[in-house]
Amino acid sequence: MSRTPGPKWMLKLYVAGQTPKSLLAVANLKRICEEHLAGQYQIEVIDLLKNPQLAAGDQILALPTVVRKLPEPVRTIIGDLSNTERVLVGLDLRTRPAKAVL
Amino acid sequence: MRPVKPKTPHIEEGSSWLPKCPTGIRGLDEITLGGLPRGRPTLVCGGAGCGKTLLGMEFLVRGANEFDEPGVCLSFEETAEELTANVASLGFDVAALIARKKLVIDHIFIDRSLIEEAGEYDLEALFIRLSLAVESIGAKRVLLDSVEALFAGLKNKAVLRSELHRLFHWLKEKGLTAIVTGESGQGTLTRHGLEEYISDCVIVLDNRITETVLTRRLRVVKYRGSTHGTNEYPFLIENDGISVLPVTSIELKYAASNERISTGIRALDSMFGGKGCFRASSILVSGTAGTGKTSLSAHFVDAACARGERCVFFSFEESPNQIIRNMLSIGIDLGRWVKKGLLRFQAARPTTFGLEMHLVKIHKIIKETDPSVVVVDPVTALLHSGSASETTSMLLRLIDYLKEKQITALLTTLTSGSDAQEQTTVEISSLADTWILLRDIESGGERNRGLYILKARGIAHSNQIREFLLTDHGAELREVYLGEAGLLTGSARVTQEAKDASSALWTGQETARKQLLHERKRKALEAQIAALQLDLETEQQESRQLIAQEERNLKKGEQDRSEMARSRSANAGDGKSAKARGGGK
Repeated sequence: MSRTPGPKWMLKLYVAGQTPKSLLAVANLKRICEEHLAGQYQIEVIDLLKNPQLAAGDQILALPTVVRKLPEPVRTIIGDLSNTERVLVGLDLRTRPAKAVL
Repeated sequence: MRPVKPKTPHIEEGSSWLPKCPTGIRGLDEITLGGLPRGRPTLVCGGAGCGKTLLGMEFLVRGANEFDEPGVCLSFEETAEELTANVASLGFDVAALIARKKLVIDHIFIDRSLIEEAGEYDLEALFIRLSLAVESIGAKRVLLDSVEALFAGLKNKAVLRSELHRLFHWLKEKGLTAIVTGESGQGTLTRHGLEEYISDCVIVLDNRITETVLTRRLRVVKYRGSTHGTNEYPFLIENDGISVLPVTSIELKYAASNERISTGIRALDSMFGGKGCFRASSILVSGTAGTGKTSLSAHFVDAACARGERCVFFSFEESPNQIIRNMLSIGIDLGRWVKKGLLRFQAARPTTFGLEMHLVKIHKIIKETDPSVVVVDPVTALLHSGSASETTSMLLRLIDYLKEKQITALLTTLTSGSDAQEQTTVEISSLADTWILLRDIESGGERNRGLYILKARGIAHSNQIREFLLTDHGAELREVYLGEAGLLTGSARVTQEAKDASSALWTGQETARKQLLHERKRKALEAQIAALQLDLETEQQESRQLIAQEERNLKKGEQDRSEMARSRSANAGDGKSAKARGGGK
């Protein structure tokens, strides 16, 4: 694993401008990644107000959206990421809630 | 923008002038009196497969092609490729429009199973994508198809509702004319109540199957700030788009021609005052089976083609070849007109498609051929494709259409033996300007055809029943024999006529005989006169001779007397001369 160049986790966070929701999402994502994926992740924040043409590529509809490009398969989480449990499920860092409770 | 001639100008003159956006879809702009509300969203809802997406796509394609209004399609269900392929069947080249930057299709795909919702969100990206697409081509029209797919993809319905609300506001703010499609729900127009947000204009599409025949219908449920056609209008999806057919034309305003055209049967023309029927009128020929409806139609067509007019013969019971062959048996060669390109046959089984499809086919063929005479034989066959009331309304529209186009229509209808003669099954008699009724007259062990004119609007017409004969040189009308026994036709008429003829002959001979007698008498008298004349002349001759004799005798007597006297004096010896000498001196 360590032989692969670049980070194992590649996350894209789509936002629209510096709205409270955007800022909250950025902060939440960074916190969760630091807690669970320290050293093996890369976050790319994409502001669709600046680059609107990028929205179609990842089928972005809701904002904020996190797209897990790596590892495959691609996973999508929408929202300001304030529900950490759901973010972890979405990123496949934790199994579905039923098991997570244990 | 290309100036679009409003089809119903009186609406535009109204005080509350609402800007409208013509869809370019045949018939829809007439129903909505000009198009959809410009700069506002319109909700198009209906069940699965009722044509919502096609209507939306046609709105965009026609907007781009005909009105120079580029369009954006946000598709939530089908991909751009699928949409392109689907509407290609309607003759729309979406790929070319995309290449020319007249159309943008953005497929928005959302899979609930791949999305985790963690916290609050909005649909700002949807707005970003839409406005990017709109700005990239300067779009004026938008199709959202179908925004309700979002309800399946996102859990937070409250967010979704408020965002949709915001979306429709945003569309209005941007002045975009939009069609938003929605699946119809149980008891509501759309499954997720989109009608709560879009209230400017709502169109409901519907497809219903009645007796295995599908009919699509369209209804404008509401149109804020505008009057609109309120009925359910049948529509068709054809190979060149949607066509909506207003059940009745909005106004009865077609021109009325004064020109009269021959029916092709001289005797029938003379029943119409010698000049035939009005051009652009509708002529109904009704009758029971085998009364000669098709033959009458053939005559009509033959006459029209002979005048050099184009005709279309819609046959629902016989194939073109069969009609041509059968009509040859009564001396009408329709085949030559087909060859000349003046006559077009269009034969189809009535059950081949629904009524609406028939109507549209008829419309299309009429548009293609631009005929001046159209025959539909028989209209009653269309009953197999729909209910009686639907057929009536379809025929009503057909007749309206033909009149508008100034086409003379001859419609035959089959009345079954049990029906009242003066009633058509499809109840279109009131629509017909002229009604020729063919009927069987049964008497003396045979069946003969009778014809009479039940009505002829605006034409003085004969009130007589005529016997209708089909001979090898066409149809003929004979005066029926009205005798003491009533109406006589066929053999009975022939017998009676023979009787009449023989009695006439007898009278003729009698007269001749009398004439001869008179002649003889006259001649005898003349001979007598001549003889008498001769007698008279002889008599006169004799009397003349007698008179002459008398005169001669008289003269002779006198002579004799003077000679006597002379001789007497001579006897006295020159007495007279002496005396005369002596006496004188």
